Amino acid sequence: MAHAAFLIALLPLLGAVLILLNGRTMSDKATGTLATAAVTGSFAATVWAFVLYLNHEVTSTVHLFTWFSVGGLNVPAAFQVDALSLTMCLFITGISALIHLYSMGYMAGDTDYRKFFLYLNLFVFSMLLLVLANNLVVTFVGWEGVGVCSYWLVSYYFDRESAASAGKKAFLYNRVGDLGLLAAMFLLYTHLHTLTYTTIFASLSQLSGTTATLIVLSLLLAAAGKSAQIPLFNWLPDAMEGPTPVSALIHAATMVTAGVFLLVRMSPVLALSSDGRSVIAIVGALTAFVTATIATSQKDIKKVLAFSTVSQIGYMVLAVGVGAYGAAIFLMVAHAFFKALLFLGSGSVIHALNGEQDLRKMGGLRKYLPLTFPTFLIGWLAISGVPPFAGFWAKGAILTSLYAHNKVLYALALLTAVLTAYYMTRLFVLTFRGEERFADVMDGAAPHESPLVMTAPLVILGVLAAVGGALDLPWLHAHTLETFLAPTFGAVPAVAAQSSGLQITLAGVDVIAALIGLGAGVVLWRQRSSAPSLEPSFLENVWYWDEGYDRVIGRPLTGLAAISGSVVEETIIDGGVRGVVTGVQRLSREVRKVQTGFVRHYALAMVLGLAFIVLYLVARVG
Amino acid sequence: MHSSLWLSALLFVPLVGAIVAQLVRRSDGRAYLVAVACATVELALSAVVAVLYNPGVAGAQGFDFAYRLVLSAPLGLAYDVAVDGISLWLVVLTALTALIALLAARDRRNEASYVTWQLVLMGVTMGCFVTHDLLAFFIFFELILIPCYFMMTQWGGEGRQAAAMKFFLYTFTGSAFMLIALIFLAITHQHQVGGPLTFAYGALAQTALSSSTATWIFIGMAVAFAVKAPLWPLHTWSPSTYAEAPAATGIILAALLSKLGSYGLLRFCVGLLPSALPTMRPILLTLAVVSILYGSLVACTAKDLRRFIAYSSLAQMGFVTLGVMSGSRIGTEGAVLLMLNHGIITIGVFVLVGYLERRQLSGRVAALRGLQKPMPVLAGLFTLFMLATMGLPGLNGFVSEYLILIGTFGTHAWWALAATLGVVGSAVYWLWVYQRAFHGPVAPENATLTDVTTAERLALLPIAALVIVLGVLPQTVLHRIDPAVSILSTHVAPSGVSK
Repeated sequence: MAHAAFLIALLPLLGAVLILLNGRTMSDKATGTLATAAVTGSFAATVWAFVLYLNHEVTSTVHLFTWFSVGGLNVPAAFQVDALSLTMCLFITGISALIHLYSMGYMAGDTDYRKFFLYLNLFVFSMLLLVLANNLVVTFVGWEGVGVCSYWLVSYYFDRESAASAGKKAFLYNRVGDLGLLAAMFLLYTHLHTLTYTTIFASLSQLSGTTATLIVLSLLLAAAGKSAQIPLFNWLPDAMEGPTPVSALIHAATMVTAGVFLLVRMSPVLALSSDGRSVIAIVGALTAFVTATIATSQKDIKKVLAFSTVSQIGYMVLAVGVGAYGAAIFLMVAHAFFKALLFLGSGSVIHALNGEQDLRKMGGLRKYLPLTFPTFLIGWLAISGVPPFAGFWAKGAILTSLYAHNKVLYALALLTAVLTAYYMTRLFVLTFRGEERFADVMDGAAPHESPLVMTAPLVILGVLAAVGGALDLPWLHAHTLETFLAPTFGAVPAVAAQSSGLQITLAGVDVIAALIGLGAGVVLWRQRSSAPSLEPSFLENVWYWDEGYDRVIGRPLTGLAAISGSVVEETIIDGGVRGVVTGVQRLSREVRKVQTGFVRHYALAMVLGLAFIVLYLVARVG
Repeated sequence: MHSSLWLSALLFVPLVGAIVAQLVRRSDGRAYLVAVACATVELALSAVVAVLYNPGVAGAQGFDFAYRLVLSAPLGLAYDVAVDGISLWLVVLTALTALIALLAARDRRNEASYVTWQLVLMGVTMGCFVTHDLLAFFIFFELILIPCYFMMTQWGGEGRQAAAMKFFLYTFTGSAFMLIALIFLAITHQHQVGGPLTFAYGALAQTALSSSTATWIFIGMAVAFAVKAPLWPLHTWSPSTYAEAPAATGIILAALLSKLGSYGLLRFCVGLLPSALPTMRPILLTLAVVSILYGSLVACTAKDLRRFIAYSSLAQMGFVTLGVMSGSRIGTEGAVLLMLNHGIITIGVFVLVGYLERRQLSGRVAALRGLQKPMPVLAGLFTLFMLATMGLPGLNGFVSEYLILIGTFGTHAWWALAATLGVVGSAVYWLWVYQRAFHGPVAPENATLTDVTTAERLALLPIAALVIVLGVLPQTVLHRIDPAVSILSTHVAPSGVSK
């Protein structure tokens, strides 16, 4: 087990190091192949570890070395291999491998091709470290690692000002979230004297309710940063400035799921604070709803998908808030399948249209993209919650447990489900159906399907998105995904069991919600490509969220910095110092006419002064 | 106990080297070779000392290589050397800084004189860190001014005279307070125990002081150290000095000499005057937090890269002061580690700025744009040092900053939380400056700049390697710091706090 776990993380790192050291001598193709092979190898190692794990189903710790150990704070570089970390590793490495493969085609001919794969491998490595860690500090290594990799990849086209700014924004929003993770670690260490997961969970009885709530809220801040939840969600849409495979990676496999993972990993602490869990649920529900409304009015294909990711993660956070950890992970995996599919599919569309991302300039692409079209169709139905595709089962699991828990949140989540089906239908119809509106971006040429390295991942992801719902069926050792993961979860608040009749009724309601959204989307968008009344500027401009932050935080801080740099620094502090100096000079001018202001005279004074003190001491002692 | 000859060699090799460099001064090239050879020997010696160092010498309070020879009993003047886990790494940093400054920031104007001053500076700085006697420390501390002053005024930039004057006045005023404080302390000690006047560290540590007396002595010394560190609001000499100093001097000032402040604060204020801590701790912790936040804010308005480094250092040294004053063993160890790490990172950043200046680029932020295009390797190195300063785990800055914050949180939670905002702050100002200088479209006149040469790369290779190695394996350094700090923190922990 130790070897397998070691290899999972090591291979992508090794890939990155090899590219860094040999980048200049390797061809593009060799670089891409190496990077893809590294991640594929990591996937194979994960499967190996998974099989080994299934034999015994015992959590094992893989100790690598002592990172640092000071006065009771002992932080090993160590992995924890259990159901949760393995499940995460499986879809992270699997989907990342497909995205690597796809990138070999998508990025072909790019001048910084090698650098791209270097970052990509590092990104996967960081994410694996994050989920495999056996303590919060090693998780934090991966946590910061994905932050910096996203910074590099989002600002990949760095000579474009907007890309540079978007990368910076992503990093800064993540940093604000990091404050939460740091605070949680400080609190845990101060109260429990450990940061290792298993030891934390074993000593939870020493935590008071208030401290537990503070920790949970700190963790929520951390999750909000990384998983793009209110109030820190608005970096993610900007992050699509990066190349499209990067968006797929960030949105599906290697970044935004980290916050949800952290909350689930720390679920035994969440169990101590019902107040904390309520706040989590509310943040998740609000994020899901708000960003779904925003997604209805975006004109850029990737922006719709970006806000849809935020909204779907909101569902996961909501599920965590009501203790439905299994359902949260289920949706995370299913979402990874269909969102990777949708992003890579949109990349294929953008590729076909010479880089065009505006939905108003698409339309009628169905007949030009024979592989992208059907796979995208599956992604669309899956995210909309249409049975039997993956999204239906995963979202259904969340909605069902919500219904038992809180009817208001359930209603909001159901409304969000309608909106989801609606905006995805709008996107699908505008892209593939209706009249062809791309003549001017194509200069008359016909759009072309992408090469095999790009379409093959689409087909694989399409299959996964179609049948991914089966994950929660009792497969292995009579486990469903839920019961397989359950040993890693904290105590879940008990909810009265639901009758199967109720469950079927709720599933029916889910289907109706999806169909309402779908129908509305088709009816409203089949004939047109823009409709100001359906795309209010309030929604298109993200509820003016960025402007609000700029006004409340950005500008006051900029002003404060300017004042500190000029008035405080130069006038008050330096002015004060100059005043003292001038005063001393005047005084000494009165005393000694030889005052010149040259430092050597001060040096002379220093020597004389020293001599005086020495003489004084000699006199005293002698 | 190891032989003190190692430390004596560390002290005298550069001073002898300075004399030799003067003897061969007709040939600048030969003088330069002498200096490089001395610095290399010095680095090797310091590495030997770091490896040999034994923290468990009986009765030595964590010190090793100790030797004391009284030179003048009436004056209390003594040759007294010893290192412990706190000074050990600063000894290594001194040799490292001196060598890299010679290699990476070579300045051929009147070179024999310049390298002579560099060797003198290395020798007296080494003296500060290896001496175990307050008077000897003070003398070395003052002597530093002389080489710095001449290097500034003879090799510096346009505004060097004004900057040197400011630097001199600040430091000199601070030192005056320190001299009075340490003489007062020594005389008080002599009154209590009789016998000849002594400035020996171990002896003075036994002085019984009322809390108010200790506080006054503390303030006297702390002023000098707060200027050097620097600590807000005594920092305003540093932007102009960093901006006007010649490259090698700038590297030494920013990376190395700032550590004299935090080292002095820990060794002499905290170590000798624990009864002043209840009064002084909240004040200095607050100044540390202000330094962190203020430095972060003003760094975003810096007009050139060297001033930017000055404000970034203000913020970073704020973290060091926070850890030094935290009264927490973990926090203090983090502070000692950050002194080393900040030194290493600052060497890297300052050298890169020097590389840009060599390419006729002014350090003015507004004049730089899109440099990542023509200089990807330089940009990559800059990114490495930037991320290390920002505390990216896996690189060296993280562990130290993390230990400081988590340690301080256990003893002074609110100060620690306020300081944690600096984690966002450092990301703001570094990413800002990176975007301004390296991102965006490149100006046509800069499109053909040459990237770092092989020689330039080699000079920075050890620094880049240390940034990574000390990030992954900090325990090698920490386990030598730990015994010294735990001895120190047993008598300075705030009441009622065990960690």
